[in-house]
Amino acid sequence: MARGLTGGAVVAGFVERTPVRQFAGTPRLGLEQWADLAADALADAGIDPREVDGLCCGGDIGESSHFIPATLAEYCGWSLNFAERLDLGGASPVGMVWRAAAAIELGACEVVVCAAAFEPRPQPPFPVDPPDSRATFGASSNAWGSPQAEFDIPFGNLGQNCGYAMYAQRYHDRFGWDSRARAKIVADQRTSACANPSAVWFGRPATIDDVLTSPMIADPLHMLEIVMPCSGGAAIVVTSAERARRLRHRPVAVVGFGEHLTHKTPTYAPDLTTTPVGPAAQRAFAMAGVAPAEVDMVELYDCYSITVLLTIEDSGFCGKGEGMRFVREHDLTYKGDFPCNTHGGQLGFGQPGLAGGMSQVVEAVRQIQGRAEGRQLERHDLAYVSGTGGIMSEQSALVLRGL
Amino acid sequence: MTTAKPRPRPTPTSQPFWDGLARHEVRIQHCAVCEAWVHYPRSRCPVCLTDRLTWETVAPEGTVYTFTVARRPTAPMFADEVPQIIAVVELGVGVHVTTTLVDTDPDDVAIGMAVSAVFEPGDDGVTMLRFRPSQGV
Repeated sequence: MARGLTGGAVVAGFVERTPVRQFAGTPRLGLEQWADLAADALADAGIDPREVDGLCCGGDIGESSHFIPATLAEYCGWSLNFAERLDLGGASPVGMVWRAAAAIELGACEVVVCAAAFEPRPQPPFPVDPPDSRATFGASSNAWGSPQAEFDIPFGNLGQNCGYAMYAQRYHDRFGWDSRARAKIVADQRTSACANPSAVWFGRPATIDDVLTSPMIADPLHMLEIVMPCSGGAAIVVTSAERARRLRHRPVAVVGFGEHLTHKTPTYAPDLTTTPVGPAAQRAFAMAGVAPAEVDMVELYDCYSITVLLTIEDSGFCGKGEGMRFVREHDLTYKGDFPCNTHGGQLGFGQPGLAGGMSQVVEAVRQIQGRAEGRQLERHDLAYVSGTGGIMSEQSALVLRGL
Repeated sequence: MTTAKPRPRPTPTSQPFWDGLARHEVRIQHCAVCEAWVHYPRSRCPVCLTDRLTWETVAPEGTVYTFTVARRPTAPMFADEVPQIIAVVELGVGVHVTTTLVDTDPDDVAIGMAVSAVFEPGDDGVTMLRFRPSQGV
């Protein structure tokens, strides 16, 4: 393997909006939200905004659907040496971090802002045509010639629930049925959410039985195993380790990454019991020179309970098919022996669009920097973070180490 | 507001697949170079990337590779099919096909279950490939 990252790039600061289910604030344009997030994250890091020379954005910012990096550069007044717009769904934030780190280590740039804005935009003060409801179905393209349009959407195979449910069915059929293990992931994360005043489920603990008696949405997944959409936003600043030594917070070095993509629709995945995070994690750990068991915390993309279960297995924290036993035998809360999604995960914190996946990055940085307040881990030097896009379509992994 | 269900709209590359279904045949692409079976239809083999693909008629049968029962419609226009059994069927040649199971009790579905093709013609000239449990053993 090539040299990979050497820890020369670090996360220096972040900002995270409190996710809310019913947004009550003042709607802002996507560009405005992005600029707000950038300003706040740079202030947190202690970096002058004029020093920004790179950015990573993802998806659609609302006002523009293409030429977004240039539009953002122009809007924020930046001259950039590096710009990326990611299209990796929920894996985008993790993908932003390693791309930013790689660009910095290569000497392409020095200060990179990575942000995801997901609060409501104001209604234009004039009538607009409603969007074509048939143009897209969730994350699937209904444009002519799209494989999804021709072979999947017409059968109702669209959105995320049924795809993840089909992963879960295949997994349990092969390795045994223990829905309580899936539910325990949700319940344990809810315990951590109850220690995070920003979480949408703060103050609302849930038991395994609560999860299993919530309505069945797509067999075998219950409502409480499915992430809660909400509004929010988050940004981080990545810079060189050298510069970060002069800054406000403990630098969090990006010491390993991996990324792997195999399919768009699970029907065409090579295998529904192993997921792309396997190769991504292997590469990330090898690059960092650490074993899975050595990390102090894991922040695992958790759009669904089954995503966490498969990610625990495929990232190497236990063997294939042993995930259910692993979950039964370990305490996944912030107080436990396997701290997993210490902010509550997206299942407990909420999923503000791409800022949902960013929440896993932010929480790892927050813990490593010792800023997690009531849920602060005692050992907080080394974290593993995963990102998942589509339906186990594309996954990214990071190993972060406090300097 | 209800809108019509989204329907497949064939492309020049995929047309032979849909023509086959209209004749109650399941036609799948086969790679003349690496012998891979290919579905959905493509211009090139997703194993070796050759464009030497031929169309073969295969047995209209398979087994359930995985499935879910959508208790809530995945989009409003599918509300009339709830509980809708969305499945991936593995044909005998190994390819995976997205489909729905019809004439099936959701409680009776199991991975590995043998299923047979149901050809469902539509007013738009497109025949849908659905499946039902095979009769007998």
